[in-house]
Amino acid sequence: MGLFNYLSGIYKGVTSLLKGMSVTGYYFTHPGEIVTQQYPENRKTLKMFDNFKGEVTMPHNANNEHKCTGCGICEMNCPNGSIEVISKSIVNEEGKKKRLIDKHIYHLDMCTFCELCIKTCPSNALAWGQTFEHAVFDRSLLTKVLNKPDSKLMEGVE
Amino acid sequence: MSFSIYDFTAFNQAIDQWLRSVMSPGWALITELTIIGLVFLLFYALVGLVLVYAERKVCAFMQCRVGPNRVGPYGIFQTIADFIKLLMKELVTIRKADKFLFTLAPFIVIIASFMAIATIPFGKGLHAIDFNIGIFYLLAVSSLGVIGILLAGWSSNNKYSLIGAMRSGAQIVSYELSVGLSLLTPCIFIGTLQFSGIVEAQANGWLIFTGHIPVVIAFVIYMIAATAETNRGPFDLAEAESELTAGFHTEYSGIKFAFFFLAEYMNMFIVASIAATVFWGGWMPFHISGMDGFNHVMDFIPPFFWFLGKTIVIIFLMMWFKWTFPRLRIDQILTLEWKYLLPINLVNILITAFIVLMGWHFVK
Amino acid sequence: MTDTKTPYLEQQEYTINMGPQHPSTHGVLRFVVSLKGETVDKVEPHLGYIHRGIEKMSEKMTYPQIVHLTDRLDYLSAHINNHALCMTIEKALGVEVPERVQYIRTIMDELNRIASHQLWWCAFGMDMGALTCYFYGLRDREKILDIFEESCGSRLLHSYYCPGGLMKDIHPNFKQRVKDFLTYFRKKLPEYDTLLTGNIIMQERTKKIGLMTKEDAVSFGFTGPAGRGSGFSCDVRKHHPYAAYDKVKFTEPLYTEGDTFSRYKVRMDEMWESMNIIEQLIDNIPDGDYQAKMKAVIKLPEGEYMQRVEAARGEFSVFIVSTGDKSPYRIKFRSPNYCNLGAVHHLSKGFKIADLIAIGGSLDLVIPDMDR
Repeated sequence: MGLFNYLSGIYKGVTSLLKGMSVTGYYFTHPGEIVTQQYPENRKTLKMFDNFKGEVTMPHNANNEHKCTGCGICEMNCPNGSIEVISKSIVNEEGKKKRLIDKHIYHLDMCTFCELCIKTCPSNALAWGQTFEHAVFDRSLLTKVLNKPDSKLMEGVE
Repeated sequence: MSFSIYDFTAFNQAIDQWLRSVMSPGWALITELTIIGLVFLLFYALVGLVLVYAERKVCAFMQCRVGPNRVGPYGIFQTIADFIKLLMKELVTIRKADKFLFTLAPFIVIIASFMAIATIPFGKGLHAIDFNIGIFYLLAVSSLGVIGILLAGWSSNNKYSLIGAMRSGAQIVSYELSVGLSLLTPCIFIGTLQFSGIVEAQANGWLIFTGHIPVVIAFVIYMIAATAETNRGPFDLAEAESELTAGFHTEYSGIKFAFFFLAEYMNMFIVASIAATVFWGGWMPFHISGMDGFNHVMDFIPPFFWFLGKTIVIIFLMMWFKWTFPRLRIDQILTLEWKYLLPINLVNILITAFIVLMGWHFVK
Repeated sequence: MTDTKTPYLEQQEYTINMGPQHPSTHGVLRFVVSLKGETVDKVEPHLGYIHRGIEKMSEKMTYPQIVHLTDRLDYLSAHINNHALCMTIEKALGVEVPERVQYIRTIMDELNRIASHQLWWCAFGMDMGALTCYFYGLRDREKILDIFEESCGSRLLHSYYCPGGLMKDIHPNFKQRVKDFLTYFRKKLPEYDTLLTGNIIMQERTKKIGLMTKEDAVSFGFTGPAGRGSGFSCDVRKHHPYAAYDKVKFTEPLYTEGDTFSRYKVRMDEMWESMNIIEQLIDNIPDGDYQAKMKAVIKLPEGEYMQRVEAARGEFSVFIVSTGDKSPYRIKFRSPNYCNLGAVHHLSKGFKIADLIAIGGSLDLVIPDMDR
């Protein structure tokens, strides 16, 4: 019995090893199963999903208008202060004081991508952008002003 | 010039006679030695380069990815780039390490593998030395490599290196037994230890076919033991990256590390070429007795390519082992040798002797 | 001349430091291992290298803002951690989330569990020395990460749930992608078994290593797949069902040997069970709202609230003490990895260094969860 167990142990061991080798051998002989992408070369055809959290942007339409009223709710909801809303108040045609957005500063280097600013904005002014190549040599390039120069508030946004 | 790609003996003799006619016999000998040394150095470096690249590509394909493909077309210059990088690295000097032994250790490993490669017949007449105790010399000389590893571990003044070197030393010394015994089995069939004799005797069929079962068992045991000898594959406990950083060559950097690295791949090549020579017919083409037309076509391919082809297949097998199996623990490695491989080997030799006496084989 | 008090040959402890940077500890964990030859005598873990003060930070944040911090605890079961916190808040407020949300949360949780186990498998194979396993596991995990990226927006740290429901609705492609993934992975999982589970070398290295009896598992608080490998039936989804778990049929894999191999087998079986759960739910997602109506500022009434979930590594629970304010007075996370770590010395005493790696791999430790 001892000898039989010895030999059957050897047989079982060897067959298990050969079965494992068949799996890797299969992948070696089928280069069609290669799943890696050649990254810097395929940048032109690379498209991320629509929901992908690349960075927070403020979409502007064709007339360079955005929807941000400068209310500062996104700044209150941001957990770590990645958003600074600087607003100015002007007197409009009817003589009433109105608050307008001056600069909407977004610190990309501190953002945790929690989506609270986008979700809680009452006028849906913010949205996700799909760029993901943010590596820079100078950290100050990561502090972005989201509203473009010479842009104004879209009509009808409260 | 009597240059025949199928038989180098005439070519060698022609060069020898020319040299003796031009200079005195002593100088001729020294020139010949220098030429052979340079050829082997070049071969060594080239094989090392190719094998490192081949391993990276083979393992990449097994892992569903592409491997090096940027440096040169299909990444063929990757190893050269790595080598240049290693040359430019700082040779870190360890505090309180034994400097002489620290520097000596990689050289011993390389010298041992050089001495082993000298005996291998690459083609008819294409070998450096042809002793009548070829296999015995080979086993003796390849055992010298373990000294280099133990010296490396000891002189690094590092706990991890010491542990790695001790493990490796125990492993290599144990598996030399299996290597020796499994190489003896074919020699019992053939009757000589000389390499050229071993290859000539396989002219009618490779030993693995003519010697049937005992030779097949000996081949399997040899493959396992040789993989363990070279610290490769499932037996690479000495350099287990995920346990003890890099084992006995943790403290080596730059060109010394490159020596260890190269020596590992060269050892793999040597071990594979010995397997090809002793079990698979060396540079003999594949003949089936009775099919003369087929044999004629097989003879057309030069022997050097037959030899390389067989070696490459065995190297691929060793790489396949490494990238599929998990690592064995040190006590499991030693159990495998002493409780499984050694008894099977001894029984195999008894069976072989019996078969040779009764004549139940096809070796002429 | 020998002193009679100190003998000439004295056996001293040989300590090795598997330091904060080590390829196998998978995170910044320091083990001070004292050895006798190759055998482990004592293992002392040193933690705290990645302590970020999450519980303290949460005391200054409003409840929706804490959700993204729970992501970063056990980042491999991010969805499940979010789920625990959101459920605690909803339970405290008495809010009933829509059924659609329950189904989607369950499916996302189970997908996350499969992804976490896939990463465990590939890291385990790599620690054992079978380096190809790493790539196969990651290749299959990419399919799940694509599903997450399309619906939630990011691959690893999602913060997809929020108190009251989900941040946004799932993508229309979600159902088809999940079904494709299920057909794909059902073919690939037996390959994992052929490659690693059946391998004689793997079995020799993991059977009878790192033994833990059921009584010890209960007293250490050894939950999750590690506890189930010792026969301790501790699945929160079975004993205290939440979300849509009471609507599905699944078994809890239990093995009684208590060694590394049975912990391994439990996780492999759990991957099959998770696929069964997803299959039962994916076709029946009810239509409806993806968010219940919540106030703009969430204030929990005064009191203490607790909710537990089954994370990929064990029982994760959230305990909130509230004084009626919009931030918690104290929030405590019971992390499974911290309790599992306490048993490492008990498991590895008497085995070899190589076994310590196998044991650490089978416990599947994620260090940020330990240090919080």
